[in-house]
Amino acid sequence: MKQLSFVSWLGIGLLVVHVVMALAAPWIAPYSPTAIDATQAMRPPSLLHWGGTDRYGRDIFSRVIYGGQIALVISLTSAAIAVVCGGLIGVYVAYIGGFIDNVIMRLIDALISIPSVLLLLVIVTAFGSGNGVIIAAMVVSYLPGVVRVVRATALEYVSRDFIQAARIRGEKTIHIVRDELWPNILDVVFVEFAMNASWIVLAVSGLSFLGFGVNPPTPDWGLMVNENRAMLLLAPWGILYPMGAVATLVIALNLVSDAIAKALGLDRSRGVPV
Amino acid sequence: MSTPLVEVAGLSIGFRRPSGTTVPAVHDVSLQLMPGERLGIVGESGCGKSTLTLALLGYIRGNGIRMQGTVRRQGVDLFTLNESELQQVRGAEIALVPQNAGQALAPHLTVGAQIADVLARHRDITGQHAQHQIVQLLRDMRFGDPDQIAVCYPHQLSGGQQQRIALAMALAGAPNVLVLDEPTTGLDVTTQAHLLLLLDEITRNTQMTTVVVSHDLGVIARTASRVIVMYAGEIVEDGLVSQVFANPRHPYTRGLIAALPRIDRPELPTAMAGQLGHDYTYQRCTFAPRCAFAQQICDTVPQLLVTEAMHRVRCHRWHEISNEVRPADVGTGIGRDEGSITMPVVLDIKNVAATYQRRRWQSWWRDDGVDVVRDVQIQLMAGQTCALVGESGSGKSTLARMITGLHPPRRGEIRLFDAPLHADVSRRSVAERRHVQLVFQNPDSSLNPRHTIAEILHRPQFVFFGRSRAESLAYSRDMLQNVRMDEAYLTRYPSQLSGGEKQRIAIARAFLAEPAVVVCDEVVSALDVSVQAAVLRLLVDMQQKSQTAYLFISHDLAVVRAVAQYVVVLYAGQVCEYGPAETVFSAPFHPYTALLLAAVLSIDTTPSADTLPQRIDVVDGAVHGCPFVARCPVAIAGVCETTPPPWQPAATGHALRCHHPRDVLGANQHPQV
Repeated sequence: MKQLSFVSWLGIGLLVVHVVMALAAPWIAPYSPTAIDATQAMRPPSLLHWGGTDRYGRDIFSRVIYGGQIALVISLTSAAIAVVCGGLIGVYVAYIGGFIDNVIMRLIDALISIPSVLLLLVIVTAFGSGNGVIIAAMVVSYLPGVVRVVRATALEYVSRDFIQAARIRGEKTIHIVRDELWPNILDVVFVEFAMNASWIVLAVSGLSFLGFGVNPPTPDWGLMVNENRAMLLLAPWGILYPMGAVATLVIALNLVSDAIAKALGLDRSRGVPV
Repeated sequence: MSTPLVEVAGLSIGFRRPSGTTVPAVHDVSLQLMPGERLGIVGESGCGKSTLTLALLGYIRGNGIRMQGTVRRQGVDLFTLNESELQQVRGAEIALVPQNAGQALAPHLTVGAQIADVLARHRDITGQHAQHQIVQLLRDMRFGDPDQIAVCYPHQLSGGQQQRIALAMALAGAPNVLVLDEPTTGLDVTTQAHLLLLLDEITRNTQMTTVVVSHDLGVIARTASRVIVMYAGEIVEDGLVSQVFANPRHPYTRGLIAALPRIDRPELPTAMAGQLGHDYTYQRCTFAPRCAFAQQICDTVPQLLVTEAMHRVRCHRWHEISNEVRPADVGTGIGRDEGSITMPVVLDIKNVAATYQRRRWQSWWRDDGVDVVRDVQIQLMAGQTCALVGESGSGKSTLARMITGLHPPRRGEIRLFDAPLHADVSRRSVAERRHVQLVFQNPDSSLNPRHTIAEILHRPQFVFFGRSRAESLAYSRDMLQNVRMDEAYLTRYPSQLSGGEKQRIAIARAFLAEPAVVVCDEVVSALDVSVQAAVLRLLVDMQQKSQTAYLFISHDLAVVRAVAQYVVVLYAGQVCEYGPAETVFSAPFHPYTALLLAAVLSIDTTPSADTLPQRIDVVDGAVHGCPFVARCPVAIAGVCETTPPPWQPAATGHALRCHHPRDVLGANQHPQV
């Protein structure tokens, strides 16, 4: 495995910080994220309140930490579902080809042609804004891209002789897709996972910002930006901290995806599984 | 003596690894290229011949570095020149015809434009004059309609045509030295023969200096007067072709020549032990680990010693061993067991035809599509090898796909043990699938890169015998031993194996199914000569143990001669000659078989130009008569185009399909190849 660059390590470090903060939120956060203290409203960052407070006197820093839980859980879960389902569909249609491939890919094209924000809004409006619905909405929006990328990669392997050999052996489609093709596109799947996770972090914050995501008073980065937007000039810390959190998580996920691509890309050329 | 055109002195080139270490590719090579010389460089893949060749143009690939030495042209070291000075040398002084011309030509330019570019850059010829030159060059390359070809894009041309375009481009700069890197690799035998003839004609007429790099000794024998044998980046032998091939001094050269299958000998070539490694330190003889003659002295570095005039060899013991018979490494070149023709028939291919139809919605109203295989009948017998011979596009691989159930025959049927075999593999029984195995041409593509060897060998055992991973391990170990590999390979991945090793694993995988029939689709054509001999040997050994029937698909008649008892010659999807090997390889031949035989390269006979018809560009259309008519040198006008030729059987089991009577054909042909 190739030596990781400084930038890759930076990405991994940032991601680890985010994950640790989210996991250890109850122990790290100095205050409850929902505790209202009217006497401390709109305080600038200080030793007492590292991130300052909002207009209800809630500790911004604690809210940012707890907000990470939601961002990470939703983004990682939906990215994982999108990538595994999309990947399997992509490999399957690449292998099966013909009519089924055509039908599924045209459906995927149709989904891709709908702007993702619109699609998300429609789903959330129709089914409510529970975490489950948001995850489902994210999967529906981001799965088509995964299908396309994975299908294109898998096509390269479908024509290889080892697939012919498997067919001559009389292997079932499920074996060929799962055991012969899937291991060969696994690196693409990892990269897609990290990239989609970062897009989903942005999309989740965007939805909350628009008021279609999680409900107040749940601490959520997008929601925080929306709530504190009005006090932009009076209390800029109210939006700077959640925005910084979104930005660092997105950057971290992108850098990690690059690192995976590089690390696996090298091994792809050698053909040795990692 | 005149001054050399190019002089390489003490050249060493290495490639840097990501880890920082340097792998030597060329080590301390010195050679002089004299005006008018025809030099051949031969060696296995990975021996550094391509690196050396590119260095003749002052070029080193990617992460390569020149560690020592010079490449001088007229006293100037090419490596001291800057890019623009080098551009003056390359193309105008020394021109390269790259390996695989199809990839070397720019896909977005017509071939005429690409030749025009060379003319403008190196010879300042533009406009009308350039057009004239291009047409002339293409005519020299024996294109029938040069104006048409000039406006073609590379993808519209065949492999042989692309190679001729690349040659035209190289010649357009009017170079003094022409360097050809594997000029015929990947071409059909007949196309190869034509290209070599053409090359011969051009270079002989102009007294041009040529350097031909090839792994094929036959190509070198055909194109060079002096040959350099490379091993592990070193020159191990250097001499006149006539001397080196008739009287090889270095054990490696001797091994290479012994490993070459001969069209005139129905016997297995002798394989060489071991394989070319890497990371040589050059503290001892590099070939010693594989050498049957190695002794104590071989632990010291041998120098290039002069053995006789114009002949040098890098071996301590060349003189002592010159009269010794080389001990067998793997097995001697013994004659095969010809076997009796009365073995039971295992697989019976009855009058099959196949077509690649267009999609149904495009042609639902008519039953069209040209048959790529027509009325083919073959019987495979237990323990026997039937060879299927033909050029690319003759339908060989389609037949293999039909036998393995990947492509449905349009007509006819295939019977296994006298029971019909279902056309679709997914509807065949486990036993039927088990009995029909296929070994692919390209071992890189036939093994899943993400599976260990253990997994690759386990899977067929699970599918056909229901063995668990643990149970299969003992069988896999046994089989690895049979294919002469260590059980340490079980935990490795295909990418960690050499080409020959991968092909052994592919063979092991096929035999783990305990099949009745193994279809070998060009199994040795991607392998080096020395490895090829060992794999052929292995196939024959496995067959003798298990009495498996082989359908041996190949375009290489010399290889076919080495392994097959029975030969079927296929042209444009139709059988034009079949019979026991010895009858097919002796007159009378079908005119197509005669053409194939004439195209076979050999290191000890020089084929004459007149045995090959001069027509190069032939497009096969749908014909009512004999499919070979367009290329046939003895076609009868008015008959062969319109009437299908009759079968002419003989008592020996031999039959050919031609309008000419057998005795007429035989009279005009050499009695024995």
